[in-house]
Amino acid sequence: MGIHIAVCVKRTPSSTTVAIGGDGKVQTAGLPHGINPFDEYAVEEAIRITEKLPGSKVTILSAGAAESEEVVKAALALGADEGVLLTDPAFDGSDTIATSRILAAAVEKLADVKLVLFGKQTNDGESGHMTALVGARMKRPSVVAVRKITAIDETSITVERMTEDGADTLKLALPAVVGVTKEINEPRLPSLKGKMKAKKAVVAKWSASDLALDPSSVGTAGSRTAVVTMEPVPARGSGLRIEGDSPEEQAKNLVAKLKEAKFI
Amino acid sequence: MAYEGKGIWCVGEVRHGNLSPALFELITAARIIAEARGETVTAVVAGHGVTAKAGEIAARGADKVLILDHDALGQLVDEAHAGAIAAAAAAEKPKTILFTASLYGRSVAPRVAVSLDGALASGAGEISVSDGTLTLKRSAYASNVIATVSVNAADGPEIVTLAPMAFDRSPAGDQKAEIVNGTVDASSWTANTEFVSFSADENNEVDLGAAEKVVSGGRGLGKPENFELIRNLAKSLGAAVGASRAIVDAGWVPYKHQVGLTGRQVRPRLYVAAGISGQIQHLAGMKSSDVIVAINTDAECPMMKMATYAVKGDAILVLPALVGEINKARGNSVAS
Repeated sequence: MGIHIAVCVKRTPSSTTVAIGGDGKVQTAGLPHGINPFDEYAVEEAIRITEKLPGSKVTILSAGAAESEEVVKAALALGADEGVLLTDPAFDGSDTIATSRILAAAVEKLADVKLVLFGKQTNDGESGHMTALVGARMKRPSVVAVRKITAIDETSITVERMTEDGADTLKLALPAVVGVTKEINEPRLPSLKGKMKAKKAVVAKWSASDLALDPSSVGTAGSRTAVVTMEPVPARGSGLRIEGDSPEEQAKNLVAKLKEAKFI
Repeated sequence: MAYEGKGIWCVGEVRHGNLSPALFELITAARIIAEARGETVTAVVAGHGVTAKAGEIAARGADKVLILDHDALGQLVDEAHAGAIAAAAAAEKPKTILFTASLYGRSVAPRVAVSLDGALASGAGEISVSDGTLTLKRSAYASNVIATVSVNAADGPEIVTLAPMAFDRSPAGDQKAEIVNGTVDASSWTANTEFVSFSADENNEVDLGAAEKVVSGGRGLGKPENFELIRNLAKSLGAAVGASRAIVDAGWVPYKHQVGLTGRQVRPRLYVAAGISGQIQHLAGMKSSDVIVAINTDAECPMMKMATYAVKGDAILVLPALVGEINKARGNSVAS
């Protein structure tokens, strides 16, 4: 028994302090990259499920260029069973809508996936939309902002979703797509054995034709949004130092400013 | 087949009987598009018992209010809300559908976009229309970069989520929008989600995401007991309570208060950071705030350098002094 879990991970810059080139695009070449930090919680949670439901299996999916194989292997080192790199020049320039077609097609090709896990968002694009996009494409339930999986078996998953005013408990019939927050667990570090296994592992590569995707539905052609330009966030003007010889005097001077701005 | 849509929808949220004021931010943004394209603005709310909110919404600047009221929509079951909104949009064919980039927006907007074969863009902080094309600006890379994104929907509507607090809330006026009760047919969607229960947070505090003012504390407070000073100032300002990752990880305060990349992203008019030096991951969650007040013993730390008003001093002493001064100021203004 057990279930087949797919975890979608993305290779992103490890630091978000990035430079913008003359073409108005972020210069990511040469920067250190790694697995999107939010995805580590999804990988960890998948591995924990396999520990709870014997016979379960974890497949890592990542869409991207050849270098993305390294983040698939990083997840394999943590204990995932298999990895697939979704790569094709036709995928270049995919927006979230187009990327969701690639990921949903890959899940479908795996055929027996019961649970798809995502991190909360990526640290570069930050939309947090992929969980619900893939759920909708699969015509299956989705839930985001999950801080706890309270129960799981071969047919359903019960989760706690963080809301602005508390938490909802929801029971989703499997297959389902779940996006997790960093509150859900404390990701483990790879073991030496895991690293050795990952090094030797063969990561399958699936192209648009392997996924039966029309090239016009993915990449730039299949995207309905386009990044026109990127610019650094303008620095905030230098501020005002609030003077005062005592905390009381400083407080008085600050409150005067806040009153001026009608905050008080 | 090319999609011929017209008009802008603003999808609001009613949660446990409370209408989120973020709907009025959507209406302000929608007005920008409506002016440019000569279109009308419809405020849409899906839920159970939400008909009661129609009058309040109708005074806030939309041309029309569309109410989707059904008992299957009483809780946020993603498939049900997306199903009801997508079915209504398939019938009415809006060109643009705006959501707030909140839990609700992230849960529902992508599903609506897939159902309607629309374009989807997220987190817009500015919006404009040039030569008919919807263009938006959003932050990325932990608020280090602003991306300009064009939306080129072909087969469905333009669906955009807006960064909370990025637009002013449309004011209440005398004009009353037309109120329409839309049909909701629960058989138009399949929900494989069962709502089990809701557990409310014990203390009913101001929600961070929609807060006009936020007071946050960090390591510089020294010890967990001193976080009470943050709560006291927040109370006297009517602000939400925030915290740095360091003290959330140390267990001083629950995760829901965490401001930053891995916590909540906030954009208040006023952000007070006491004893927070300003690590990149924290700044990513608050640097778009209008006015930033930093209180820190280290005048050279990033938070002090980016602050609108920098107070060099010990937060433990400055915070109570501030509460005292605010109370005095309030007293004076009552007297005058």
